[in-house]
Amino acid sequence: MEGDDETSGPMIDEIYANGDDNRPRKPIYSGDQLDIEVYASLYTGRTKIMRLLFVADRCGEKNNTAMQLEALRMAFDEIKKGENTQLFREVVQKIDGRLGSGYDLDVAWAENVDRRAEAKKEKLENELNAYRTNLIKESIRMGYNDFGDFYYAHGQLGDAFKSYVRTRDYCTTSKHIIHMCMSAILVSIEMGQFTHVTSYVSKAEQAPESLDTITVAKLRCAAGLANLEAKKYKLAARKFLETGPELGSHYNEVIAPQDVATYGGLCALATFDRTELKNKVIDNLNFRNFLELVPEVRELINDFYSSHYASCLEYLGNLKANLLLDIHLHDHVMTLYDQIRHKALIQYTHPFVSVDLNMMANAFKTTVAGLEKELEALITDNQIQARIDSHNKILYARHADQRNATFQRVLETGREFDRDVRSMLLRSNILKHEYNVRASRKL
Amino acid sequence: MEPLQALITQIQGLSSSASDISRLHSILKQADSSLRSDPDRLSPLLSNLDPSLHSLGFLFILEASLVFPVSKQQAEISVPIITRFISACSAEQIRLAPDKFISVCKTLKDQVTLLEAPIRGVAPMLTALRKLQVSTERLTPLHSEFLLLCLLAKCYKTGLSILEDDIFEVDQPRDLFLYCYYGGMICIGQKHFPKALDLLHNVVTAPMSTLNAIAVEAYKKYILVSLIRHGQFSTSLPKYSSSVAQRNLKNFCQPYIELANSYGTGKIAELEEYVQANTNKFESDNNLGLVKQVVSSMYKRNIQRLTQTYLTLSLQDIANTVQLNSPKGAEMHVLQMIQDGEIYATINQKDGMVRFLEDPEQYKTCEMIEHIDSSIQRVMALSRKLATMDEQISCDHLYLSKAGRERQRYDFDDFDVPTRFNI
Repeated sequence: MEGDDETSGPMIDEIYANGDDNRPRKPIYSGDQLDIEVYASLYTGRTKIMRLLFVADRCGEKNNTAMQLEALRMAFDEIKKGENTQLFREVVQKIDGRLGSGYDLDVAWAENVDRRAEAKKEKLENELNAYRTNLIKESIRMGYNDFGDFYYAHGQLGDAFKSYVRTRDYCTTSKHIIHMCMSAILVSIEMGQFTHVTSYVSKAEQAPESLDTITVAKLRCAAGLANLEAKKYKLAARKFLETGPELGSHYNEVIAPQDVATYGGLCALATFDRTELKNKVIDNLNFRNFLELVPEVRELINDFYSSHYASCLEYLGNLKANLLLDIHLHDHVMTLYDQIRHKALIQYTHPFVSVDLNMMANAFKTTVAGLEKELEALITDNQIQARIDSHNKILYARHADQRNATFQRVLETGREFDRDVRSMLLRSNILKHEYNVRASRKL
Repeated sequence: MEPLQALITQIQGLSSSASDISRLHSILKQADSSLRSDPDRLSPLLSNLDPSLHSLGFLFILEASLVFPVSKQQAEISVPIITRFISACSAEQIRLAPDKFISVCKTLKDQVTLLEAPIRGVAPMLTALRKLQVSTERLTPLHSEFLLLCLLAKCYKTGLSILEDDIFEVDQPRDLFLYCYYGGMICIGQKHFPKALDLLHNVVTAPMSTLNAIAVEAYKKYILVSLIRHGQFSTSLPKYSSSVAQRNLKNFCQPYIELANSYGTGKIAELEEYVQANTNKFESDNNLGLVKQVVSSMYKRNIQRLTQTYLTLSLQDIANTVQLNSPKGAEMHVLQMIQDGEIYATINQKDGMVRFLEDPEQYKTCEMIEHIDSSIQRVMALSRKLATMDEQISCDHLYLSKAGRERQRYDFDDFDVPTRFNI
């Protein structure tokens, strides 16, 4: 085990103590219900609404009506501030009169908004046409950009994306290009088109002028999200870890700094080895700023690194309910959790020649039989080199006999070579024969 | 009667020296059509000839006298004649007219099959094969006939004897397909699965311009055998196999591919259910027995997997994990596998525990060294062969003219050469 020289001495004792909770430590944050007010206040714009609706849907599935209605109520209020009547109708339908008369379908408002939107669209069209006849590049760009903003505000994401992308031909400075990229990224994330996100991130990063730190941080986040969605957890972790603290709350329309900590932390835990975890996460000053925002994640990473698996897993268990309510992470929670658990099991067994399964089960707060099954899967996957003595409930590390393995491999390779060459000779002879036959037929 | 009598005299006179025999050969070729016109009168003439001395003449007359279809009685008479001829004839003479000889041997096969006594053809066919064969590396059309007879007569062991030869030279691709297919079946019968796999692999990956039924049937067996042998099957064929095979084989073997998928999940109940549901399909392909072996191999594979993960495990747990009914059943399986050398383990009947051991082979014994040495020798011989083959092909006129043509198009260096030097 590398990078933990300082813990190697007292480690045995700690592992003994691992299962018992008599160590003085802070009470673990309970998995209290998500405080929706606090949660929603982290975000702005469309993502706030979408996140609230997602929470509402999830709660609806679990029959958590109080929370669902709370989320819907806030979404309703939020939408009322904007101009997205389509979404407004959907939410009203979801509320279904359960929040009293204040939350019914406000037809007058919706029509009013629609009418204004129509008028604005016409105005924008006229303007754009005028710009286009005059061929003023900058104005055309602004015109398309306005169109993009307009469509975005009204929830027509596809059109918004097209309009933003169209500004590209009229970009004159790299600042414009970056603006275009950022808008495209924002819309793509909302649409869930993460391949677009990746391509526009790389486009923005190629800009000739150096970007300001906030933009860099935003791009890192967007790339991280794209990798997360593509299940490339390691890359996602790297991107989130590279995110600078300048991000602050500047990217609230997409991601909150708390999310950076959670996403990055979990992905890193699931995919990094110990040295990487130490160097890139725990000793990473930038990322520490983010971790401070979510103490649970910070604690569980430290627990994991210092081999307090039980409390680490407990933290994870408590966080789980809330993570499942996250619009981006919910699909990946189970995979990440499994990977983290597997890593914990592997790391636990790694330094030992033999491990008492009872003790290990205790450390992981599980039963011996369950642990045996988990270990069996890992051994079959060749992730742990060990064998289980099921009779005495002991796990023995298995040291591959290099000499025997080499002999085996050599003989196997010899056989393969023998077989392959023979069938190759045979095939070439047939080919030769067929070619000759064909050639003689031609003559 | 007169011309025939003259022919017989000529045969008797011209059967001693090599030059005489070649003269006789041309005379016989001319007489061939007239012989055929009257097959009934020929058989009595054979008594005038000695099969060992006048092999060539005997062969021509015998071949002409054999017409098909024959009745069982006729077959009863002609089979001994052919058998005697095959065992007595001289190899040099019959090699002058291989087509005739092959035709005679095929008739023999047809007749013994008609008599429902394929075993009577096995030994003569082997003799015939050896006499016709110029070298053991050459495939003759008789190979597949012989293997077919072995299969029909269930003389798998005899069949194995010719499968041990490495075949490199082939005249007719069809012969090779059949040889490998029947050979594969014989090896399956003898449970030599690696060898069977090699042979079937040859069929499936052989160059072919159109798909043939032999390849399809071979592919089905190939799937099953590789499940038994390796416990897995990948549907993608190697790059060197023909594009026809790569594209089409799968479509003809859907039930088998699904079987392999079901096997891959490792769930015995699912596999059995699938087999149950598709019994008819497998039965109509005559592969049901092999499919059953696939199912039972799954138990073994699951037990083998346990040896990788466990040092000790109770019989009850084994039974649970591999879904056997009782610890007793698990014990029987484990016992059988220990006996067959498939796993290394000891059973402790007192506690009902099985202790899995490591492979005791230490690669230190003389036998092992000898084995390794012989493998090395073999591989070296093969390498030499490969080098000679490579040399031969690079000197081959046809190859060079084709490769030369292609090179002109692609190789820019060639453009520097003055045109008159172009091949």
